[in-house]
Formats: sequence, structure tokens, C-alpha cells
Amino acid sequence: MITATPPPKETKNYLNAEHGLKSWLLTQDHKRIALLYLIAVSAFFVVGGIMAVLIRLELATPAGDLMDSNTYNKVFTMHGVIMIFFFLIPSIPAILGNFLLPLMIGAKDLAFPRINLISWYVYMLGGCFGVFVLLSGGVDTGWTFYTPFSTTYSNGYVVMTAMAAFINGFSSILTGLNFIVTVHRMRAPGLTWFRLPLFVWAHYATSVIMILGTPVIAVTLFLLMLERGLHIGFFDPAYGGDPVLFQHLFWFYSHPAVYIMILPSMGVISEVISTFSSKKPFGYTFIAFSSVAIAVFGFLVWGHHLFVSSQSAYAGMVFSILSYIVAIPSAIKVFNWAATMYKGSVRLEAPMLYALGFIGLFTVGGLTGLFLSAMGLDVHLTDTYFVVAHFHYVMVGGAIMGYQAGIHFWWPKMFGRMYPRAWATVAAALTFVGFNLTFFPQFILGYMGMPRRYHVYPPEFQVFNVLSSAGASVLGLGYLIPAIYLLWSIKNGEIAGPNPWGATGLEWQTASPPPTENFEVTPVVTTEAYDYTALKLTQEVAHVG
Amino acid sequence: MLEAKSFELFPEAASSIAGHVDAFYAFMVLVSAFFSLLIAFLVVYFAYKYRHRPGENIVYAPYDDHSLSGMLLEVVWTAIPLGLSMIMFVWGVSIYFTESRPPADSLEIYVTGKQWMWKIQHMEGAREINELHIPVNRNVKLTMTSEDVIHDFFVPAFRTKADVLPGRYTTEWFRATKVGSYHIFCAEYCGTKHSGMIGTVTVMSESDYNKWLGEGSGEGSMAEQGQALFNQLGCGNCHASVVNNQNGRCPNLVGLFGSTVELKNGQRVRADEAYIRESVLFPQSKIVAGFDDYMPTFKGLITEDGMLKLIEYIRSMRNKNGVISSATPLPVQTTDGPRPAGSTPAKAVPAAKAAPALPAAR
Repeated sequence: MITATPPPKETKNYLNAEHGLKSWLLTQDHKRIALLYLIAVSAFFVVGGIMAVLIRLELATPAGDLMDSNTYNKVFTMHGVIMIFFFLIPSIPAILGNFLLPLMIGAKDLAFPRINLISWYVYMLGGCFGVFVLLSGGVDTGWTFYTPFSTTYSNGYVVMTAMAAFINGFSSILTGLNFIVTVHRMRAPGLTWFRLPLFVWAHYATSVIMILGTPVIAVTLFLLMLERGLHIGFFDPAYGGDPVLFQHLFWFYSHPAVYIMILPSMGVISEVISTFSSKKPFGYTFIAFSSVAIAVFGFLVWGHHLFVSSQSAYAGMVFSILSYIVAIPSAIKVFNWAATMYKGSVRLEAPMLYALGFIGLFTVGGLTGLFLSAMGLDVHLTDTYFVVAHFHYVMVGGAIMGYQAGIHFWWPKMFGRMYPRAWATVAAALTFVGFNLTFFPQFILGYMGMPRRYHVYPPEFQVFNVLSSAGASVLGLGYLIPAIYLLWSIKNGEIAGPNPWGATGLEWQTASPPPTENFEVTPVVTTEAYDYTALKLTQEVAHVG
Repeated sequence: MLEAKSFELFPEAASSIAGHVDAFYAFMVLVSAFFSLLIAFLVVYFAYKYRHRPGENIVYAPYDDHSLSGMLLEVVWTAIPLGLSMIMFVWGVSIYFTESRPPADSLEIYVTGKQWMWKIQHMEGAREINELHIPVNRNVKLTMTSEDVIHDFFVPAFRTKADVLPGRYTTEWFRATKVGSYHIFCAEYCGTKHSGMIGTVTVMSESDYNKWLGEGSGEGSMAEQGQALFNQLGCGNCHASVVNNQNGRCPNLVGLFGSTVELKNGQRVRADEAYIRESVLFPQSKIVAGFDDYMPTFKGLITEDGMLKLIEYIRSMRNKNGVISSATPLPVQTTDGPRPAGSTPAKAVPAAKAAPALPAAR
């Protein structure tokens, strides 16, 4: 059993350096800003999660018996908007990236601490618009805002919702900008590019997508608002516009946005697999460059969302082949992670369990992406539950499993306390089982032809919908348990020590929680990344065994 | 078939393309299952085999990052997925090209999507809502448009779908291979009753289909209805619809459909469904060489259904020297009649119901 230990009073850290609400709301410390993000992003996750519960409850029966069609449409729209723009995109970069990037490169803070704080306020302003929409009656366009439905026919608060995503985008741009400059300018002496942790490589690639892609969605949403509000014809043919143009512009950002969500997670997994195998990641250079390759090729595949949207067959062929090319770097990563464990010293701690879960689920998510890149098969599968299952395997099974792995991995660093590991093991197992039960049946539903965004459905689809809803309740438990024990551990957990997992990164060489200035002395890096042989820690690995 | 079965893994396969799609899908499932299980096995096996035992010191494996065998592995696990994915790419493209190119001898049917219903018009004049009756073993081509938002005409049993766009004409084709009833779903989210925008395709034997068609709508063929509309809107006051009559202030419509039209600005465009629709609603956007900007817009005066009838009327004049075809069920013969000089059909337009040709009414 874990016994509560009184906090060590002598050490000053970022948590107790200052007190009072003002010291948090006006902080320029990247670690405190990360916690501000953690609170806000978690709140949105809860709201988006409630929407998911409502969806699964409604779909347990073929008839629309829990809510009417308008309400259902608003619920799945808000689920998508909140989970994508307010949870998945900021989760790992703005929380873990913010907290860890300076620590990992031996810096005192990000390059622009004030811009970092502003990014949180911009996020919150966008969030206010989102909450306003939620409270005032919602919107029913789907998170994709397809025109001309969104600009002419929808009865919801389309402009307000678009504004929420529009403003939120600036928060992403500011964060991306900050990360790029920080990685270029703030690395500790001796920390060359190829000594950087893979987490940093992943965040660098993510930041490039953020600053190149986000302006496009901002412009697109702005055009949408103009057409909706002022009837200036860009997309609605009734005003002389082109409805498919919107889809091109939307996916030009929103497909790369998928990589904004998954790349940081891949960075987490590289760290976790290496640490709990006590082995340098196999193919470090390949993993690092595969992140960059994903960021580059990710911009060239948007047309695979338009195979049935009257796009030319030859354009479709180009997008199809590029979609296969972009899958290769992901495959390389998965093989390298597995190879990292080979002849390692594998410890199945909670973060590792989440990471292994990630590998399994992301593999399925990635492979089913190949189905949808195949033009002839996509014609049958697109807009069905197969697509829903596929992107939940990538977004939830991939991005969120990676986020949970990261939270469990760095929690002791962030708060200096360890959570109860037995409960963490249970939660990881429940998440994995619940996830598969929820989303695997949806692949079958999709091939059988059940379209997505259906409020009522023919009775032959019910069996798999019931399985899916049952799985969702298990999955919900898998998210609820960590919320409880992690909060509990902040006050009551066992003191973790600076390096509880025997990891190699610079962040583990400072105290847990770290002092405000991160390091007492600026570290000087003299070894390669993940040099476990240089780490004198046989005794320090307190929790092994 | 539509009777509810509670537990199935595959939808009914009822079109000529379904077997190809299913075979490809099965291949994809096998490849995916193999790699998923391989990765799962490796990860679980390594986690067990190389587990750290309590009390033991951690053994650090020596660096072998840039060893030859390491590089070889990277090459292998890059090349194999790349090779497999190229097979998938080619296979997917080949099915797509079959799916997206309607055969020349297809039976033509028009579809209009509207929140939240499907309106179907048969060339022979029959009209239906949320129902589509077609003959078995016959290529069917749908020409589709929307009155409002984007819809998508999806028949899972046929393994095909296509978006239905406002202001454009898209096509979808299939050859049903089994008599029965199958779902039509709207697959592109279109608002409140999206999930209610469903219908039924009824695939009938040829004789049943002919019998069904014979019941008709009593309003004549689509082209005839189009002709009535043509007269009602006064189109014939300017547009000649008799061959070789060049007296009109506006272009002669005989032989127009499918031909290449030279515009005043020197451009050349093909006279397809979209061209005709644009010329009726936005006449100024494309002025034919040798004519003036004379025609007023008919925007607001004609529905999407009416537009399809007009198009069908104009199409019926494409090669018949000013006569229109009539509503006759299932004349299968494909004959391309003589075309006016200078017309270059850019695609093989299914020929028409070469049935007893009626003289044009004017």
C-alpha cells in the first residue's frame, strides 16, 4: 500500500514558488501554463465525453427514442468540434509539450513565455465561443461544416462555432511558433539535433504543420462566415459558388490536423518504449525522419476525402498513391518500436501498458486507413461507420492512448508524486478492452453499409450497435478511474523522486517537481540520446521490482 | 434483401461490381490481420521474453544503431509495406475506374436529391419517390443532382455511392445481379432527417420491369414532358428544334447534346448536362459564337426536376433530325444515328430508346 508522505518542505518548486490565483493566471512559467492547459483541456474532454455517452445511448436502439433528430445532430457535432479542436489538437502539445520541451532541451523556458501565456488565453476565448454555442442551443453541421448546408441551410449557431475554431487556431499557431523557435535557439550546450529526444522531433514536426496548415483553416472558416452572414458566394452554387471547393480547403488543413493529433503521441510512445525497455530506440534516425516525412507528405493527401465528391479520377489517383506513401513512415515507426523491445529489459509499468495498447490500436487504425486510400474500396466505405471506426482507432486508440501513456509517464515529474500502480494497470486494461469493444464492431457495421451520422437506423444493424454501446461504458470507466487516482495522488501519492522510471532525458535529471528555473545549473550534454549505459541508476530505479 | 436479419458480417452482394469489391476487401482484411497479429505477437513475445525480473539489475543492450543488420531491417520493413501498398493502390484504382465509368449501353435514370427525399424520373415517364425500380442484369446509369445541400446516393448491396451536388450533375452506375429489394441510404450528412433520407431499390426481372413501366405515369416520356415544358416556357420562340432551321435568334438545339460548341470568346465547350443547365439559368456565362447576349435567365422559373426533363428533351434531339424518342420500355438496341456535321461526341452517349420515333410536335 502507498502511504502518504508529508511533502518535503525544504525544496522550492514551480508549484509552491508562488501562491494565489493571480500567480497562476499571469504566470509565464511554461510548466504552470501547461497545468492551465491541463485543467481546461480536461474540462473539454469531459464535455465531449458526455456527448459521446449520449450518442452511444441513442444508438443502442434502432429507433430515435432518446432524443429527436435535431438534438442528435447537435450532439454528434459538438462531440466532434470539442474533441478535435479543444481536446485532441491541444492535448499533448499544449500540456506535455509545453511542460517538457524546455526541460528536455535543458532550457529555462520556451523562447516566448508571454506568447505562451497568450496562447492559453486565446484558447480560452475560443472555448468561450464553444461554450456559448453549447449553452445557447448548439449547431448541427457536423464538425466538417460542409457547404452549402452550413452556409445556407443549417439552423444552428454556425458562425459562432466557426469563430470558436477560428480563434482556437491562433492558439495552435502561437504554440507551434514558440516550439520551433525554442528547439532552434534554446538547446543546451552539446545538445545537437541528433541528440534530441524523439519527443522533441515529433513536436517539431507537429509545430511545422500547425503554423503552415492552421492559417488555411482560418481563411476557410472566415470565408464560411462571410457566406453565412453576408451571402457572399464562395461555396453555395445558389450564390455562384462551388460546394466542393470548401471540401478541398477544409481537408487541406484537416487531414494534416490528424497528424497534429497523432505525431505528438508517437513522440510519447518513443520515449516510453525506450525507457521501459531500458534501450535506445531502434532506428532513432528513422523514427526522427519519419516524423518529418509525415509532416511533409501529410499536406499532399487531402483529396482522399473526395473520391466520391466528383473529383477527377486522375486527381484521385495522385491522392491515393500519396496516401499510401504517407502510411510508410508510420509503419516504419511501429516496426522500430517493436524492435526496440528486442533484447531490452522490459518493465510493464502503467505507461508501458498504455504504450503497448497504442501500438496495437494504432496499427489497426493505420492499416484500415489503407482500405480507405484504395479508391475502389473507399467508394463503398466512405461516409460509413468504417470511417468512424478507423479514425477513432487513430484518434482515440492512438492519440488518446499516447496521451494517457504520457500523462502516466510524466505525472511523477509534474507533481512529484506517484499514483497507485495497481489501479493504473486496471485502467489501462479496461481502456484497451473497452476501446476494442466499442469501435471494432463499427468496422463491421461500416462494411455492412451503415452510414455515419445516422440518428435512426435499420434494425439489422442493432447487434453491433449494442456491442459498441456496451464497450463504451467499459471505456468510460477506463477514463474515469485515472481521473480519480491521479487527482488523489497529487496530495496523497508516494514521493516519486527525480527519476522514478530510470529514464535518460534531461527532464529526469532535475527535481520532481522541477524548480521554476528548471535546472539549478544549465546542463551540458556530452552523450548521445538514450545513453542508458551512461546513466548511473541501478539504485535510483526505486520502483523496479 | 430487406427483411431484417439480426446478425450478418457482409451485406448482400447484388451487383456486378460487388464481388470484385468483396474480393479486394477480403485481401485487405487478410493483409491487415497478418500485420496486426505479427506486431501484436512480437510486442507480447518481447515483453515476456525480455521481461525485467525483480531484483535483477537492468542489463543494457549495447548500441547497434547503425549496424549493417539494423539498416537491412529498416530497408526490409520499408520495402515490404511499400510493395504491398502499391498492389493495393493499383487494385483500388482498377475497381474505381470500372465503378466510375458507366457503360455506353446503360439505361438512363434521373435522380434529384432534396432534403430529405429521393426523387427518381425514368426516361419513359414513370416517377417515384424514395423508390427505384430497375431491371436485373441491365446496366443502369443514374444522372443526379440536388435541389439544396450535398447528398449521397448509396446502395450498400451494390457497393457503390456518389455524392449528389447542387448545381452539378454526377453519375453513378451499377448492374444489379439479383432480384430483390435493397437499401438506398443518403450517405452525406444533409441535416435534420438525414437518417430518414432512405429508400429502396427494387430489382425486377425484365418482364416484371416492363410490366411496372407500362403502368406509367400517364404523363408521357420524360422527353415529352420536357417538350411540354419547352413550349410552356416559350423556348421555341427563339430556339429552333427542327433540323437545319437556322432562322432562330438563338442556337438550333438539334444535334446540340454531346457536341462541341464554339463560344464567342473562342473557347470550345462540350454541350453536356451542366452546360445546358448553366445556359438556362445563367445564359450570359457562355455565349455561342455568332449569337448575341439575348437570352434572359430562367432562374426561379424551373425546378431541378424540370431542368432534367428539358435536358432529356434536348438530348433526345441530339441525333434524330428533330424527332424525339418515345416512351417505350426496354428497347435495348443501341444505335447512334447520323450526327450533324461538326458534332464530336466526347463520350459514348447511350443511345436511346430507338423506338418508334415521333415527329416533333412543332
